[in-house]
Amino acid sequence: MNKENHQVLLEIKDLHKEYDTRTVLDGIHLRVHKGEVIVVLGPSGCGKSTLLRCLNGLESIQGGDIQFDGESLIGPNVDWQKTRQKIGMVFQNYELFPHMTVIENILLGPIKVQKREKKEVMDQATQLLEKVGLSDRKDSYPRQLSGGQKQRIAIVRALCMNPEIMLFDEVTAALDPEMVREVLDVILGLAKQGMTMMIVTHEMGFAQAVADRILFIDEGKVCEMSEPKEFFTNPKTERAQQFLNIFQF
Amino acid sequence: MDINWQFIISTLPLYQKAAWITIKLGFWGTLLSLIIGLVCSIILYFRIKILKELVGIYVELSRNTPLLIQLFFLYFGLTKIGITMSETTCAIIGLAFLGGSYMSEAFRSGIEAVSKTQIESGLSIGLSQMQLIRYVILPQAFAVTMPSLAANCIFLFKETSIVGAIAIAELMHVTQDVIGMYYQTFESLFMLVVAYLIIILPLSFLLTWLERKVRYAEFGN
Ligand SMILES: Nc1ncnc2c1ncn2[C@@H]1O[C@H](COP(=O)(O)OP(=O)(O)OP(=O)(O)O)[C@@H](O)[C@H]1O
Ligand SMILES: [Mg+2]
Repeated sequence: MNKENHQVLLEIKDLHKEYDTRTVLDGIHLRVHKGEVIVVLGPSGCGKSTLLRCLNGLESIQGGDIQFDGESLIGPNVDWQKTRQKIGMVFQNYELFPHMTVIENILLGPIKVQKREKKEVMDQATQLLEKVGLSDRKDSYPRQLSGGQKQRIAIVRALCMNPEIMLFDEVTAALDPEMVREVLDVILGLAKQGMTMMIVTHEMGFAQAVADRILFIDEGKVCEMSEPKEFFTNPKTERAQQFLNIFQF
Repeated sequence: MDINWQFIISTLPLYQKAAWITIKLGFWGTLLSLIIGLVCSIILYFRIKILKELVGIYVELSRNTPLLIQLFFLYFGLTKIGITMSETTCAIIGLAFLGGSYMSEAFRSGIEAVSKTQIESGLSIGLSQMQLIRYVILPQAFAVTMPSLAANCIFLFKETSIVGAIAIAELMHVTQDVIGMYYQTFESLFMLVVAYLIIILPLSFLLTWLERKVRYAEFGN
């Protein structure tokens, strides 16, 4: 489905990111429309994680502009506490708070940051937990859960803030193969509901299934940007062809 | 060996009174130490200019001078420049001055053990710096550092035995007095040991229980 006539939610213009003197992101341009799913692909170290981290202020940037909902995220006056509520992030290693139960993990943001009613948040959390099949694990501690369960909880925790976009950084990379599916299914479900997402993954089948567009990055530059079918069957650049060959036996 | 029970019974009230003083000193000394340590470690975490340097100097000074010297300085030294305070206040401040640096180091190592990714995880749900400290960093730091904090508490309760040097009738001081007056050395020391055990054993159990409780979520039993 073409979502390019939807409203632009996130716009990245000529983004430059350097660590010390090394350029890691070198003039990235991207427009993400509401409801769109962008899958970011590229060889290890090309800057995929850095790109996502720049979007919610975990990294400072050295040039260019990021606009979210029409507001610039550059400069000292950005209200990150407010912005981050709208940008959900899920990490490779779950990063649930180990000293809190599942439900405490989920409620922390909505109650302490968004100051919402406990009862209302609780209802939402219960619904979301049911959706990911974990409503019976409310009172467990993260250490008592499997990797796949932890990652599904992490997704629920982010969703419970009612974000406008979700960022996923290799969220199945740390999982045993049999748990990958349960997490990917949750993300596929979100895509069906129209959630705007940027997903970094090494699961090519999943990328093809979930993406509206594939963003292929190499050495900090956008190398290719195309629809998944196009990208996987007929990659334009040599770098993309090489990259895809790695996944073929 | 015959023990003079008569003597023990007759000096019991003295010891009882002294024990309460020891508990009082230990309690306030420890409590203030915890507060000082917490404040210092938060200053270090935020790397607040100037204050950070002051904390560094304080920690070095406090850890590298004997408590006795610190007390004499407070009690006799400060009188010279016109600041006088009661022996008890002086002793509590002395203990807190010493304990604060130990607690600060314990908190600091606990805070440093909290991973950068946990902090990012907290930030990504929109927590402010203060909320991050309160809901993510400190609880995790506590769980890690609870054994050191507990050891410091016990250490401070034992250090009360030194503050008798500035004329406070805590257990050590009273024992020395009693020995000086009646020459019942064995009985007096026996009472002293028992008194400390009565104070410190329950404290130790309490701390062990607390440690388990604080660590349960993250580490199980
Ligand atoms: N904190 C940092 N300091 C210095 N260099 C860094 C830092 N973080 C990342 N880099 C460098 O920036 C480049 C991009 O890193 P990034 O983590 O974004 O890559 P990636 O595309 O996510 O790779 P992977 O697929 O392995 O996760 C890498 O060359 C990395 O070495
Ligand atoms: Mg990465």
